[in-house]
Amino acid sequence: MKRTLIFLCALSLSVSGCSHKGQQPAPLKATATGAAILESSGGKQIGYIGMPLDQPIVVQVNDASGSAVPGAAVYFRGSSGVSFTTASALTDSSGQVTTTVSLGQQAGRYKLVASTGDASGKNIELPIEEIALGYQQTVGAQLNAQYCLRCHDPESSSLRVSNMDNLSVKPHAFTEGDTLNKMSDVDLIAIISHGGPALNKSAEMPPWGYTISKSDIAALVSYIRAVADPPYEAGGLVYAQK
Amino acid sequence: MSLVMLVLLAISPAKDHFSQWRHYQKQYLHLIRGRADAVTLERHYEGGIRQIWIPEQQVTDRCTTCHLGLKENSLTDVSAVAYRKHPVVPHSLTEFGCTTCHRGQGAATTVQEAHNATEQWEQPLLPAKYIEAGCGQCHLEKQAATPFLNQGRQLISSYGCTHCHTIKQGDGTYIQPEDDPPSLKHIADKTTRDWVYAWIKDPQAYASTATMPNYHFSDNDARDVSAFIMSQSTSLEPPLQPLNGKPNPDPAAGTSLYGQSFCASCHAMQNAAGMMVGGNVGPELTGIGTKAKPEWIADWVANPNHYDPGTMMPHYRFDPTQVATLAAFLESKTEPDFVANVHLEAATPQQIEHGKRLVLENGCASCHEINGIKKPENFAPELSRIGSKPISQLLFVEGVDHNLHSYVAAKVSNPRAFGPALKMPQFKLTLQQVDAVTTALLAQTDRAATQPPAMRIASVQQSKYEPAGHAGQLMHDLRCFTCHMINGHGGDMAPDLTWEGTAVTREWLTQFLKSPETLRPALIRRMPKFNLSDADINTLTDYIMTVYQTPEFDRDSLPASELTPALVEQGRELFYSKFACQSCHIADYAKDKGYIGPALAGTGKRFNAAWVYYWLKDPQSLRPGTIEPNQHMTDEEARSLTAFLMSLKATGAKEVAKK
Repeated sequence: MKRTLIFLCALSLSVSGCSHKGQQPAPLKATATGAAILESSGGKQIGYIGMPLDQPIVVQVNDASGSAVPGAAVYFRGSSGVSFTTASALTDSSGQVTTTVSLGQQAGRYKLVASTGDASGKNIELPIEEIALGYQQTVGAQLNAQYCLRCHDPESSSLRVSNMDNLSVKPHAFTEGDTLNKMSDVDLIAIISHGGPALNKSAEMPPWGYTISKSDIAALVSYIRAVADPPYEAGGLVYAQK
Repeated sequence: MSLVMLVLLAISPAKDHFSQWRHYQKQYLHLIRGRADAVTLERHYEGGIRQIWIPEQQVTDRCTTCHLGLKENSLTDVSAVAYRKHPVVPHSLTEFGCTTCHRGQGAATTVQEAHNATEQWEQPLLPAKYIEAGCGQCHLEKQAATPFLNQGRQLISSYGCTHCHTIKQGDGTYIQPEDDPPSLKHIADKTTRDWVYAWIKDPQAYASTATMPNYHFSDNDARDVSAFIMSQSTSLEPPLQPLNGKPNPDPAAGTSLYGQSFCASCHAMQNAAGMMVGGNVGPELTGIGTKAKPEWIADWVANPNHYDPGTMMPHYRFDPTQVATLAAFLESKTEPDFVANVHLEAATPQQIEHGKRLVLENGCASCHEINGIKKPENFAPELSRIGSKPISQLLFVEGVDHNLHSYVAAKVSNPRAFGPALKMPQFKLTLQQVDAVTTALLAQTDRAATQPPAMRIASVQQSKYEPAGHAGQLMHDLRCFTCHMINGHGGDMAPDLTWEGTAVTREWLTQFLKSPETLRPALIRRMPKFNLSDADINTLTDYIMTVYQTPEFDRDSLPASELTPALVEQGRELFYSKFACQSCHIADYAKDKGYIGPALAGTGKRFNAAWVYYWLKDPQSLRPGTIEPNQHMTDEEARSLTAFLMSLKATGAKEVAKK
């Protein structure tokens, strides 16, 4: 079994071998070192497979006293298929490095790492998580924007005001994994199709089953699962390993 | 000798035995035998070369020889791409094959040949980020599942790529430019040569949202082009109208008129905090006072049709004081830095002559009307089949990978890298926009052009509907179709009015056109006040009430006498409990807060009862795409709710405080 796993790993590496080339950035000549690396912005974005994310990732290197360190070397890396516009760079005058990441071919969560060396040469790593939507989740994302967002997202946009505060029972944002992960797919489909009363919840959630199709509702569920925080772990059959 | 023969004879079977795909199949068997559903998986497994053959789509795909788990529902957790289940998509593998969407060489049986471009076969697999180009070969309509393809096609239109490049789609339609570049026939009436010079040097320095590309003109070239363009400009006939009013002395009057007229629905402007606020239908106005001459601004505000009969901007019918007030407000929006360093001397005939040559060489007249210059035909290569262009016909430069998609992306993002003498200008696009445009271009394949029509989902084309008569002229003058859709023609910024005559009452419509009230409190875009005369309002209401009637039901089929007080009470109960309509609508301004749908507190004054009833029964049948959910009401529920809603006769919505 172990051998198979090793082979499969090797296989997937060899299949995606090309994308790995150029992933290893050349070492930089750092003019300074820091004691910590922090995420300024750009984590936890929801993007699409293969596409660059909307917002750049900005990380900052600080020294032990918490002030920014210019000239420290920062390296970004990710799993197979992930690419960065800037894979390695020295921090600028404000101690920051900015890069735009394109996610890989598989839908799901991508764990990226930004790292810098400290004074002793030890690597300090910063994990950054991003989400890539595949086909079905993309359909769900569009439906969410059209039908759900105005009540389920507390944020207002430049074109519309959020309706969440006007409801007597506050809807759950789709990222609320703590709550939504406990609901089965069947329950989610039921409440979307038949409205809140289907699960003894508020009628302020209307039934959508006569307005959008079954496959669209399945797509919405897959979107809700994709963006859950903490991540949704599919239940279903668990296969015994030999 | 015979030994040599034997070895030679053994080569072929040995080659077959050690072939790559056998290797993959063995590993797959290894993998599935370790799983709980091994028996099922093994039963589905068939060894040897597998093939999907669909002759009418020219598909001969052997991908399933190695990709063995594509249809196995339990294999979603496998880390090796080769054996994982295919993600959920609406098309079946057996009906469409693999290469239809993914490209690559379907008939190949080695990893290298199937996925990458080789010397004999140059069709590599589409990278994941361009995968929607596969969809775009058949799907010419806007699909929810293909945001980047939609965005790419939209960008091709809104950046006006098709002024120069012809792009014919599979259904025989052409991608039309939608950027509406201004005519330069009377440009000297509108702006100065200094501004033109600075603009063509760097359009985005004036307005970050400008779609005009950068031609990287040298100072001298920009000097000569501006000299030629200004020399060709003639005076508008009849000339610009002088101001005959005085601005309102209140310093806040301009800002408030700009707000009340909902200019920001279409135009963006940078506010004091540096944030861009407003729509992108019209040009950005942050520096309009630097760009346009005061007399032009006043003339334009008074009636935009005078300078540009093809404009999307409505004729607002401002009175002379309003014109002066709004013009003064716009003139105060300046960016003096933009032209501060421009010092042009009077143009010489040689400079003008050189400018003319540059204008011809760069195809300026492909987009802009210029006196004395003919619009060039097919100024740039046709791109109808760019997605199937053989690599041997492409000239690569250093740093661009040797395949079609990298070539297209490089051309879109940085065309001048392919040679300083190339004419294609530099467009200002983000990384993601470049990928979106590339996706849309890669969808223009031979397959898209030649496949049987039954495979195609045609694009939705605007109808040619134009309202007739005096009302038609008025609706054109007010540019109703910039925002509203009627009979398949128009914009999507405001509600579809195809059946407005059935929906509303005449009294309400008259009042609304006189002074539009707030219908959707949460929307930032609103219907502006056009300052119409009573006679014009009459003409419009007559026309709308007569012509825009649905044939689906009789407008008078639900008389008020049938809506009894008992029904009203039942309806109230349904409104607040069973259907919880107050989540999205306001029936009573004192207690309801729902922002999403229109306020319903004045339903009895605004709507006709039969419309309300049929709307409640099936909203999508009356207005396809509306987000109001179909609640599957019984006839009796719909009747009670109609009775309740028709009993609501409040006037004047309250404004909602913006967060």
